[in-house]
Amino acid sequence: MADLSSDFIGISSPNPFWLASAPPTDKEYNVRRAFEAGWGGVVWKTLGAEGLPVVNVNGPRYGAIYGADRRLLGLNNIELITDRDLYTNLEEIKRVKADYPDRAMIVSIMVPCEEQAWKDILPLVEDTGADGIELNFGCPHGMSERGMGAAVGQVPEYIEMVTRWCKQYYSRPVIVKLTPNITDIRKPAEAAHRGGADAVSLINTINSITSVNLDTMSPEPSIGGKGSHGGYCGPAVKPIAMSMVSEIARNAETRGLPISGIGGVTTWRDAAEFMALGAGNVQVCTAAMTYGFKIVAEMISGLSQYLDEKGMSLDDLVGRAVPNVTDWQYLDLNYVTKARIDQDACIKCGRCYAACEDTSHQAISMSEDRVFEVIDAECVACNLCVNVCPVEDCITMVELAPGEIDERTGKPVSPEYANWTTHPNNPGAVKAAE
Amino acid sequence: MTNSPRTPGIAAARLEAEILAQNFSDLHPPLDGHEALVAADRCYFCHDAPCITACPTDIDIPLFIRQIATGTPEAAARTIFEQNILGGMCARVCPTETLCEEACVREAAEGKPVLIGQLQRYATDTVMAAGVHPFERAPETGKRVAVVGAGPAGLACAHRLAMHGHAVEIFDARPKGGGLNEYGIAYYKTTDGFAEAEVEWLMKIGGITMHNGKALGRDITLEGLRAEYDAVFLGMGLAGVNALRAEGEERDGVVDAVDFISNLRQAENLAALPVGRKVVVIGGGMTAIDAAVQSKLLGADEVTLVYRRDRAAMPASAYEQDLAASKGVRFIFNAMPLEVLGNGAATALRCEYTKSEGRSLTGTGETFDLEADQILKAIGQTLDGAPDGLAIEGGKIAVTGAGRTSADGVWAGGDCASGGEDLTVTAVAEGRDAAEDIHASLVG
Repeated sequence: MADLSSDFIGISSPNPFWLASAPPTDKEYNVRRAFEAGWGGVVWKTLGAEGLPVVNVNGPRYGAIYGADRRLLGLNNIELITDRDLYTNLEEIKRVKADYPDRAMIVSIMVPCEEQAWKDILPLVEDTGADGIELNFGCPHGMSERGMGAAVGQVPEYIEMVTRWCKQYYSRPVIVKLTPNITDIRKPAEAAHRGGADAVSLINTINSITSVNLDTMSPEPSIGGKGSHGGYCGPAVKPIAMSMVSEIARNAETRGLPISGIGGVTTWRDAAEFMALGAGNVQVCTAAMTYGFKIVAEMISGLSQYLDEKGMSLDDLVGRAVPNVTDWQYLDLNYVTKARIDQDACIKCGRCYAACEDTSHQAISMSEDRVFEVIDAECVACNLCVNVCPVEDCITMVELAPGEIDERTGKPVSPEYANWTTHPNNPGAVKAAE
Repeated sequence: MTNSPRTPGIAAARLEAEILAQNFSDLHPPLDGHEALVAADRCYFCHDAPCITACPTDIDIPLFIRQIATGTPEAAARTIFEQNILGGMCARVCPTETLCEEACVREAAEGKPVLIGQLQRYATDTVMAAGVHPFERAPETGKRVAVVGAGPAGLACAHRLAMHGHAVEIFDARPKGGGLNEYGIAYYKTTDGFAEAEVEWLMKIGGITMHNGKALGRDITLEGLRAEYDAVFLGMGLAGVNALRAEGEERDGVVDAVDFISNLRQAENLAALPVGRKVVVIGGGMTAIDAAVQSKLLGADEVTLVYRRDRAAMPASAYEQDLAASKGVRFIFNAMPLEVLGNGAATALRCEYTKSEGRSLTGTGETFDLEADQILKAIGQTLDGAPDGLAIEGGKIAVTGAGRTSADGVWAGGDCASGGEDLTVTAVAEGRDAAEDIHASLVG
């Protein structure tokens, strides 16, 4: 078994799987259960300032979208930060950390954008013995209307300012959690970096309406016939989150800034992908809320097996795919593939044919006895047939070796790397050549 | 209960009423809403789907399953009924394992097809239970068509003609409409009087008059119908049965399986139905299986099915064979009946083993006796009393195209006509297509 013990910005945990700040980490009872189940760490549900706690709605907080067989693909919520008393939370955090010294205990905080508010709460958190804090600059609903959460995360100057306060008034690592509800994720990450953040974590949830009740015309979740945009999470957001993680990982301004990856992590494979794209660890919420804490057992066994099979350490994995994330203009235009259909694996559903014939390049033929074959002279290797085929590995993309004739162009495949920047169709390239 | 499975001879009430009710309840209980959604989710929505090709009525199966999956079973039912107005019965009795579900790509992928038949039932039940008839009749055309036989072919033909605005009169020899749906299908495949309810529901289209107890050749003649109506459709099925041609066939206890099944279907009280302690069924088709299984379910102690060829040659599907085996029916293959032994009543069936070379079958000379107090013959039905003047082909009314017979203005379909398998769904397709052809010829 590979060693999964993780050191993230000096915070150690037996594995890189943390529970994200969310309902599963709202109180001692849940967190103890999570640690017993094997989670490496938790980010305690966001604490607010001292005083009367926030209140939540008393109707449904969650909405969902489903895949086949009612498999939950996306979840949204309109829950706020903890609605329990600050001191109750602090006492519980202290107790649990004392009982589980080997687990990472991070405290998520969201207080008003005033220095005094941070100055007040940080010593209280410091006193719990928690390993670090995470600044919730991402919550997109409710709190943002009060000038907190995403309202801060959308203004890089505020991020930088608050991060500085935290580094000033708190002695342990500071993680800044970023909202994806912006146009360029690099800007808030750069601000956090400038403010001295030890790490960023992302993504927080995405503004969303999961469905509309077509009888009542209320968005879901419906509170007495009205709905409000909630934060979207779960497997459906993973591609968005991974892109954002990779942008920060390869951005010159933020390269090397540790990242805690969040967004639809459901299996060990998802976790490994986030880490390959530069995340030092991952945080999980929706998968636990869907299946319970036990899923971490599969994440642990799966990641261990993978690392063993690859002969890699956890550190080797982190960022390993980052050099392969590039801009479109640098992609090799002389890399040519063709779709290949494994006739033994084919179940003759014809979806590849329908997709290609109706919506793509008419590059798959269908015989009367339902044999589907790729027409190389038409195939642009778009991959849609691979994507819609219900049988894994039935259709694959096969690379043409240099020198082979691409029947679509009638030309041999060039062995040279060539991209858009030098392509004759690129006006910029022509100009540069002149 | 006065008797038991081991009571000698032919006796009624071999099983408790409760057990009988259980034995003859729905073979496949209807899917509930959740089950239907789970099953519908498995459909891949194939292009030019093989299941459609395999369906004799060409129902757009992927479309109706998608309509179920998106919460509109009413639309799904319409998709089904547009092609097959007896979609409710076909959902119950179609040998889907040799039709749509055999062709399902998930059968190829993982040996577990989408539950097309049960999903079809879910959709059609939704609409039929609500008493909704989804079609409206076109304005009256003034044309009148006679339909002989109220089985699947006749009903499908009548409905389609009525939809087009023609006036249809159906003549059927039996007291009730429905044909084999009503009289010839195993009890547990269509329970709770569904066949009768379906006929009533189908007639809601309007423009159809049913005349029961009117047999062709006895009460009506083809010539008379041709003179009175603008067109005639013959769908009277196969009323005759093949003889065993074995010595002792006339002994008590030797009956036609179709009569046994029909009596069972019409029984008010299953406990009053007599069945042998030792039953032998002769034949290898669906009728043989239905008779054998139901004998067992009625409480027969031993049920043996004797078929003259091997298992692979058996017309009944593997699914049907397994069903019979699971109920305790014993199969003897490659054996043919020689003589019914007994003194007045049958006591045994003497059989001879066979060997087949190609299509020909010969006895090996080796014989054996099977004890039997009841022998059910299920060796095929024949066209009985075909009207004079119609060309016959292979023992059936010869048809070309969409059921055109050799006589002008006379169409035929279903089991009595040549071509196609003898299945409810095939009969529906033939009746429907003949109706379209009749319509074209009447308005053309």
